[in-house]
Amino acid sequence: MNRTVSIFVWLMVGLLGVAAVAVIAVHRGEPINALWLVVAATCCYALGYRFYSKFIAAKILALDALRATPAERLENGRDFLVTNKWVVFGHHFAAIAGPGPLVGPVLAAQFGYLPGTLWVLVGAVFAGCVQDFVILLFSVRRDGKSLTEMAKEEIGRVGGFVAYTAVIAILIILLGVAALIVVNALKDSPWGTFTIAMTIPIALLMGLYLRRIRPGKVLEVSVLGFILVLLAIWGGRWASLNPSMAQAFTLQGTTLAKLIIVYGFAASALPVWLLLAPRDYLSTFVKLGTIALLGIGIVALHPTLQMPALTRFVDGTGPIFAGKIFPFAFITIACGAISGFHALISSGTTPKLIARETEARMVGYGAMMAESAVAVMAIIAACVLQPGIYFAINSPAGVVGQTATAATATVSSWGFPVSAADMEALAHAVGEQTLFNRTGGAPAFAVGMAHIFSQSLGGATVMALWYHFAVMFEALFILTILDAGTRVARFMIQDALGHIYKPLGRTSWYPSILTTSALIVSSWGFFLWQGVKDPLGGINSLWPLFGIANQLLATVALCVATTIIIKMHRARYAAVTLVPLAWLVAVTFTASWHKIFDPNPRVGFLAQANILAAGPATMATARLVFNNRLDAAVTAVLVVMVALVLIESVRQWLGVLTGREEARVKESPFVMTRLAEERG
Amino acid sequence: MNRFRHVTRILLATLREIFDEAAYARFLYRKQLAVSPASYAAFLQDFEEAKTRRPKCC
Repeated sequence: MNRTVSIFVWLMVGLLGVAAVAVIAVHRGEPINALWLVVAATCCYALGYRFYSKFIAAKILALDALRATPAERLENGRDFLVTNKWVVFGHHFAAIAGPGPLVGPVLAAQFGYLPGTLWVLVGAVFAGCVQDFVILLFSVRRDGKSLTEMAKEEIGRVGGFVAYTAVIAILIILLGVAALIVVNALKDSPWGTFTIAMTIPIALLMGLYLRRIRPGKVLEVSVLGFILVLLAIWGGRWASLNPSMAQAFTLQGTTLAKLIIVYGFAASALPVWLLLAPRDYLSTFVKLGTIALLGIGIVALHPTLQMPALTRFVDGTGPIFAGKIFPFAFITIACGAISGFHALISSGTTPKLIARETEARMVGYGAMMAESAVAVMAIIAACVLQPGIYFAINSPAGVVGQTATAATATVSSWGFPVSAADMEALAHAVGEQTLFNRTGGAPAFAVGMAHIFSQSLGGATVMALWYHFAVMFEALFILTILDAGTRVARFMIQDALGHIYKPLGRTSWYPSILTTSALIVSSWGFFLWQGVKDPLGGINSLWPLFGIANQLLATVALCVATTIIIKMHRARYAAVTLVPLAWLVAVTFTASWHKIFDPNPRVGFLAQANILAAGPATMATARLVFNNRLDAAVTAVLVVMVALVLIESVRQWLGVLTGREEARVKESPFVMTRLAEERG
Repeated sequence: MNRFRHVTRILLATLREIFDEAAYARFLYRKQLAVSPASYAAFLQDFEEAKTRRPKCC
């Protein structure tokens, strides 16, 4: 393109972006259209990708198209494989996109649409995309090594140990909180429970079909599975209307929690082909389709945001989770802005597929931008709801009251009018008995999504189907994470135990499988049970704990990245990772401090434990006191470990910068690519 | 039209990679096997640990 035209086009994109961000940031009073968020996001991503990622690629990483990647050098047709960049992009995106960018922004919408939107845009462009991109490239230059291995090599043994422990901790907390979201979405919902229960025989059927009838035809069986799931949603309506079926599938939170714990154990111990793999395929199929559908729906229908830009809860008194906008908005939204977990994927399968170094920019930076766009969609889905309805759905009974009248009166007293009749009509429209006390974000997202789609596709008559489709989509998604996460954690524990007693490290030895599965399932089951029994809904304490753990892993990833950049003699550009690192340290350490020591019992674990301990002593109280103290201890341990990595990293940086230590990066030697010759 | 065909091909290739169909095809090629329940069972055994060790994000 002609240089003048190019400058003009990018100037226009910049101006449009500034205008859109100004509208969403400055506008007050009247509701605004969701398209403003879409335009702001599109312009920010376009500018970030075109200029910032290009700057990083050229000045810091010096991407070299002539350098052979591990996919080429170590190609074995299995893990290492030269793959088309778009295919790697899709593969990487499918792995990083989980329920996080959907749930976090929905919860953070309690502050209004503005804080979440700004954090998602700024966080992604300057932190999340950068982390995913640089870690991917550094792993490519180290034969596809994992974050844990890179931390050990570049920072030292402490770095490796902390990264390993943080991953296990995050997995356990994540699985606990993910299971809690499913429980809260399905409790007292015969329709939703029936649909999700049906996905188990559907997955088993898919597994058998794949294995016996049409081996390897995964896409075909996924389409069949999807059709069966749609029939299950339809059948859920019948189940909810049939008195005996409705009674059988109306389950309390505690019953659902027990069932999910048993399911998690079974899924971890059963052969992969029977349940885990088909479920994974089905969930990926539904996930990609639903995200695309939601994107098209928002652009085509461009709904109006009912939520104000900022709510009164920026002061920390929010009903969904307590705590001020800083730091809690920034740990509640992780995956849509920056997520430490992504660093595991950027240093997992993806670096072994990249054909050329130059493609790391599109895959690492670009896929995270797509993930961030999903978070923007989630914000829109939550904010199209009337705020009164949003808060009535998401607030725990312990905060708003046990009855419909009490809950609506409390929510209305906050300045967000809603009536018991409104809530009853909405519950009826989506085929539920009640929508009160549905903490966790999934039901609010489902109502928002159903609201958007029912404006055109089928109208209000099919709102219940859309709602249950959205609930099914999220629950399926989360249960797949539960299966896969339990197995990943199991393997990690088995690897570690194998150093102590060799047979324990054998992933096919049943005593080891059962012991380690039980260990992992009971660990996340503990957090799930704690959440189900928590009078404040569980999300209030568990989601921030998960957010802290996830962002602490991002801190470790950014420490590794900064260390490597300094060792590469690019210290003058180290701010690119150092600034997000400093921000994350400020956010996570402040959040951890509040979660442990804040005197407000809705925020601080110890304050809540002390208040409970001072009350009447019952078995339930003693358990809640113990849980709160344990949560405080887990947070403290994570923070101390990450502080150790930080100290160790700073020691390395100072050593290199002052010349006391040799700046030696552990890259694989340069090998000229053959692909360049082949492609001319 | 060519561009549309190209995009469709890439999209299908991406789906085949995400859904492990491409991995099965590579396995068959590597081991010189034909599509059958037995070869798929062998593929699953070969592929199982790699697949379940892949972290999926939250």
